[in-house]
Amino acid sequence: MVRMTELSHIRNFSIVAHIDHGKSTLADRLIQSTGTVQDRDMKAQMLDAMDIERERGITIKANTVRIDYKADDGETYVLNLIDTPGHVDFSYEVSRSMQAVEGSLLVVDSTQGVEAQTLANVYQAIDADHELIPVLNKIDLPAADCDRVAEQIEDVIGIDASGAIHVSAKTGIGIHETLEAIVKHLPPPEGKRDAPLVAMLVDSRYDSYLGVIVLVRIMDGVLRKGDRIRMMQNGSVHTVDRIGVFRPKMEAVDELGPGEIGYITAQIKQVRDTRVGDTITHEKKGAEKPLPGFKPSQPVVFCGLFPMDSAEFEDLREAIEKLALNDASFSYEVESSAALGFGFRCGFLGLLHLEVIRDRIEREYGIELITTAPSVIYHVYMKDGSCVELHNPADMPDMTHVDHVEEPRIKATILVPDEFLGDVLKLCQDRRGIQEDLTYAGSRAMVVYDLPLNEVVFDFYDRLKSVTRGYASFDYYITGYRTDNLVRMSILVNDEPVDALATMVHRDRAEMRGRAMVEKLKELIPRHMFKIPIQAAIGGKVIARETLAALRKDVTAKCYGGDVSRKRKLLDKQKAGKKKMRQFGKVEIPQSAFINALKMDG
Amino acid sequence: MVDDWKNGGFAIYVHWPFCQAKCPYCDFNSHVSREIDQERWKAAYLAEIDRYAAQTPDRVLTSVFFGGGTPSLMDPDVVHAILDRIRYHWPAANDLEVTLEANPSSVEASRFRGYAAAGVTRVSMGIQALNNADLQRLGRLHSVEEAIAAFAIAREQFDRVSFDLIYARQDQNLDAWQQELEQALSMAVDHLSLYQLTIESGTAFGDRYDRGKLRGLPTDDLAADMYHATQEICQSAGYDTYEVSNHARPGCESQHNRVYWRYGDFVGIGPGAHGRLSIGGGRFATVAHSAPGRWLTAATDGSTELHREPISREHQADEFLMMGLRLSEGIDTERYAALADRALPTEKLQHLSDIGMVELIPGNLRVTPEGRAVLNSITRELLSG
Ligand SMILES: Nc1nc2c(ncn2[C@@H]2O[C@H](COP(=O)(O)OP(=O)(O)OP(=O)(O)O)[C@@H](O)[C@H]2O)c(=O)[nH]1
Ligand SMILES: C[S@@+](CC[C@H](N)C(=O)[O-])C[C@H]1O[C@@H](n2cnc3c(N)ncnc32)[C@H](O)[C@@H]1O
Ligand code: SF4
Ligand SMILES: [Mg+2]
Repeated sequence: MVRMTELSHIRNFSIVAHIDHGKSTLADRLIQSTGTVQDRDMKAQMLDAMDIERERGITIKANTVRIDYKADDGETYVLNLIDTPGHVDFSYEVSRSMQAVEGSLLVVDSTQGVEAQTLANVYQAIDADHELIPVLNKIDLPAADCDRVAEQIEDVIGIDASGAIHVSAKTGIGIHETLEAIVKHLPPPEGKRDAPLVAMLVDSRYDSYLGVIVLVRIMDGVLRKGDRIRMMQNGSVHTVDRIGVFRPKMEAVDELGPGEIGYITAQIKQVRDTRVGDTITHEKKGAEKPLPGFKPSQPVVFCGLFPMDSAEFEDLREAIEKLALNDASFSYEVESSAALGFGFRCGFLGLLHLEVIRDRIEREYGIELITTAPSVIYHVYMKDGSCVELHNPADMPDMTHVDHVEEPRIKATILVPDEFLGDVLKLCQDRRGIQEDLTYAGSRAMVVYDLPLNEVVFDFYDRLKSVTRGYASFDYYITGYRTDNLVRMSILVNDEPVDALATMVHRDRAEMRGRAMVEKLKELIPRHMFKIPIQAAIGGKVIARETLAALRKDVTAKCYGGDVSRKRKLLDKQKAGKKKMRQFGKVEIPQSAFINALKMDG
Repeated sequence: MVDDWKNGGFAIYVHWPFCQAKCPYCDFNSHVSREIDQERWKAAYLAEIDRYAAQTPDRVLTSVFFGGGTPSLMDPDVVHAILDRIRYHWPAANDLEVTLEANPSSVEASRFRGYAAAGVTRVSMGIQALNNADLQRLGRLHSVEEAIAAFAIAREQFDRVSFDLIYARQDQNLDAWQQELEQALSMAVDHLSLYQLTIESGTAFGDRYDRGKLRGLPTDDLAADMYHATQEICQSAGYDTYEVSNHARPGCESQHNRVYWRYGDFVGIGPGAHGRLSIGGGRFATVAHSAPGRWLTAATDGSTELHREPISREHQADEFLMMGLRLSEGIDTERYAALADRALPTEKLQHLSDIGMVELIPGNLRVTPEGRAVLNSITRELLSG
C-alpha cells in the first residue's frame, strides 16, 4: 500500500524529446535504479508495451509510472513520470501530458543535437509554464559532443544549458544526478486537501477485464474508493470501484490526494462519459468550476476505413469506439460507399497515426480493413455563396457549381545539415512550398516553409528522410486556409471510376500526379486474365493512362495423382490470399493499393 | 454419389523410388541407393497389393502404371510378379494399359524385352532434351544418341511409346525449342509429354534459384510464347493437346493419367504413393510413408499408410474441377453439381466465357487453348469457398 504523500514530497514530470533521443530508455533506468521494478523483470523500453510500439521501436502512447526515490537529503519522494512519444503525429500526447505535471526532462541526443521536435517540445513547455531540465543523452557513444549540443541548446532554444545533465540511459551514467535534479529543480505540485475534488481526466483506455480505466491527476481534494463522482462535462455519475497507481503494474491505494497521479475504474460503460480533458469531481459538494480542459487537437488527415467483410461493420464500430477512448485525437463518422459498403470516415493527426490505428484495429480486434486514399479537409465555396467542408474527394460537388476551393496550409520547420539543404529546398519547392525563413545554427540550417498540407500529409516525411539520409527533422502546425486552383482527379480502373482512389490535386500538378498514380497502380494491381486500362481523369477529360497487360501464363506443368492434394491446397491458399483484395467491377485491387498509390517517388 | 469414381475409372499406381542419380530439378520421391534387395521389395509390393485388393473388390481395372524414380531399374521378374498378382485380384478391361517409366540408357533398354513379356504395353521415356549440352545441365546420365537408340528398341518391343521433354530451360530460345520439338515429332512417337521446367523448392535448382544463381531462365513472356508455340506445332503435326502438357495422336492418350484427370479412383502402392479410394459411401485420400526403408518395414508389418483422410464433398468437387479442367474435353457440369451440391457460379462462368477463357456447352465446361495458359487463375475463380 502506498501512503498519502505531502505535496512537498511529490514531483510530477514528463520526459520529452525528439523521436528516438532515448526517452523510453531513460524511463527504464529511472524505474530500475529506484527499484520500482526488479532487474529480472526489466526489458528494454518496458513502457512501450503495445505490439506496434515494440515492432516499430517507437512510443505511441504516453505512459505514467509512479516511483519512490530516497534522495541525498534523506527524504523519500514520490515521482510521477510520464514517458511521451516523439513522433510529430503524436504531439498531442505530449501537450496533454504536460498539463498533468509541473516540469519536464528535455532529452537531447548528444550525437544528434537539437531537432525540430526538440524545439516544438520547448514551445509547448513554455505554453504550459513548465520548468525544463535539459538532459544530454547517449554520452556513451563516441560521436557524443556535449559541448557543441549544449551550445546549440543555448543558441537555438535560448535556455541555459550549463546545468544540463550528462546521461547515458543505456549504461546508467548520470541517472542519480537526474533524480537529484528532479527533486531539487522541479517545483512540487500545489493543491488543497480540504477543497472540493478537482481531478483532471488525463487519459483513458479500455481493458477487456476491467472496463474503462481512467488516468487522473488530482488538483484539489481527495479521491477514495467508493466515492460517487461526477463527470463535469455531461454530469454523468459513477461509483469508484478501484483506485491505484501504475508502478508500472496497477497497484491499489486507499486514496489519491492533491498532486497525485493514478487510475480509477468506475464501471463506466459509455465512451462519451470519459472525455479526455474533462474534470472529475464529487457528486455532492463538488467543485463549481471545471478545469479549462485541453486544447482540442484537430485531425488533419482523413480516410475511409471499411471492413473487408461487410458483416463486420458493427464489430468495427465497437473497435473504433474503444480506440477513440484511448486516443482523443482521432475522430470518426459513419460513411457509405458504392463500392465498399458501410464503413467510417476517420480523421488522424498524420499518416503514421492513421497506420497505427489501422494496425491496432486489425490486430487487437481481428478485423481486416480496406483503407481508402487519405485526404485533408477542403473548403469548397459554392456559387450560391454556401461553403462545404470536403473530407472525402469522392463527394466533391460538380465543378460547374463551385466558385472556388480553399486548402489548409502549414508552417513547416525543418532542421537539416548544410550539405542536404539543396535537396530539402527542392523537395519543398516541388511540393508547392513558399520559403519564409532560412537561418543557420552552426553547420545546420533551419528553414521555415509555408506548404499546402495535402502535399505533406502522405509521404513528405518519408521523402525528407530519404533525401537527407535521415539527418533532417521536421515539425509543422496548421496556419489556415488559402484558395488555390484545386480540382478532383478521378481514377478509372477498367473504365469504372473507383471512389476510394479519387483525390484533390492542384491543377498544375494534376498531369504529373495522375501519371504517377496510374503508373503506381499498374504495379500494385496484379495482372488479370484480361487487359485493364487504368486512367486518371479530371471531369470527363483523361489526363493519364496506362494499360495493365493481361496475365499470360499461370498454369501448373505437371499434375498427376500424387499432386492432387497438394495442388488443391495451394490453390485454396492463393484463393484465400485473393480475399485481401476488393472487387471493383471485374477487377480485384489489393487493399494496400489505396494508400500506396499516393506515395510518390519524387 | 457412391459411384462418382466410375466416371473416371480405376487404376493402380506402383512407385519405384530409386534412381541412378538425382536430377537437380526433380522433387519426386526418388533416392539413390547402392544395395536394393529386389526380392524383399517384390514381397512388400505383393503384400500391399493383397491388402488393397481386399478393400476394392469387384472393380474393373483400367490401367497400371509403374512410375518413379526409375522403374526401368526394376528386375523384369519383379514387374512380372506384380502384374500377375494384380491380374489375379482384379478383372482387367480388354484394353488394359500397363505403362512403365523408363530412363533412356542402354542398360535399361536391355530389360525392355523382359518388361514386354511381363505384360507392359506402353513405355514412357524420360528423354528431357535433344541436345547433349542441355542434358548435362539437367544432370542427366544419358546422351541424345543413347536416348534415340533406347527409343528405337522400345518402339520394337511395345505397341505404344511416349517420351517426355522439359522445355523453357536455361538459355533456351523460342527458335531452338521449336526446332527441337519438330525433331521430336519426327521420331514416330504416338504421345509426347512436354513440360515447362518448374523450379521446385527443396531441389538443387530450387536452392540455386533462391540464391539468385540459376541464370538464363525464360521470362514469363517468353515462357508464354513457348507454351503457345508448343500447342500450335503439335496440333498442326496431328497431335491433340488433350491435357495441359500432354499431346497424343487420336486414340493414343494415356489411359492411366486420364483416370487422374477424370477423377477416378486409384490405388497408390509404393513409398510416398497417393491414392483416392471410394469406400463405404465416402472417398478417401491415402498417402504411404515416403522413406523407402520405412515403407519397406511397414509393408511387412501390415500397412504402409501414413494417412487416410476422408475428403469432403466440397473438396471432391474442387479436386474434380482442378483435375478435369486440365483436359481439353473439360468437365461434366452435372457431375460437378452432384458432388458440390450446387452448380458452378453462373456469373463467373459468363465472365470467363466473355473474355474467351472458357467454352460453355450445355452440360460441359471446357477451357479454351488461350485459357489453358492461365488455367490456375481460372480454377481459382471457380473453386468453392
Ligand atoms: N548508445 C545509447 N543508445 C541509447 C541511449 N538511450 C537510448 N538509446 C537507443 O536509442 C534508441 C531509441 O531509444 P528510445 O528510448 O526508444 O527513444 P524514444 O525517445 O523513447 O523514442 P520515441 O518514443 O519513438 O520518440 C534505442 O535503440 C535505444 O536503445 C543511450 O544512452 N546510449
Ligand atoms: C517422375 S519423372 C521420372 C521419369 C524418369 N525417372 C526420368 O527422369 O526420365 C516424370 C517426368 O517429369 C518431368 N519432370 C520432373 N521434374 C520436373 C520439373 N522440375 N520440371 C518439369 N518437368 C519435370 C520429367 O520430364 C520426367 O520425365
Ligand atoms: S527426374 Fe527421373 S531420373 Fe531424375 S531423379 Fe527424378 S525420377 Fe530420378
Ligand atoms: Mg519512447
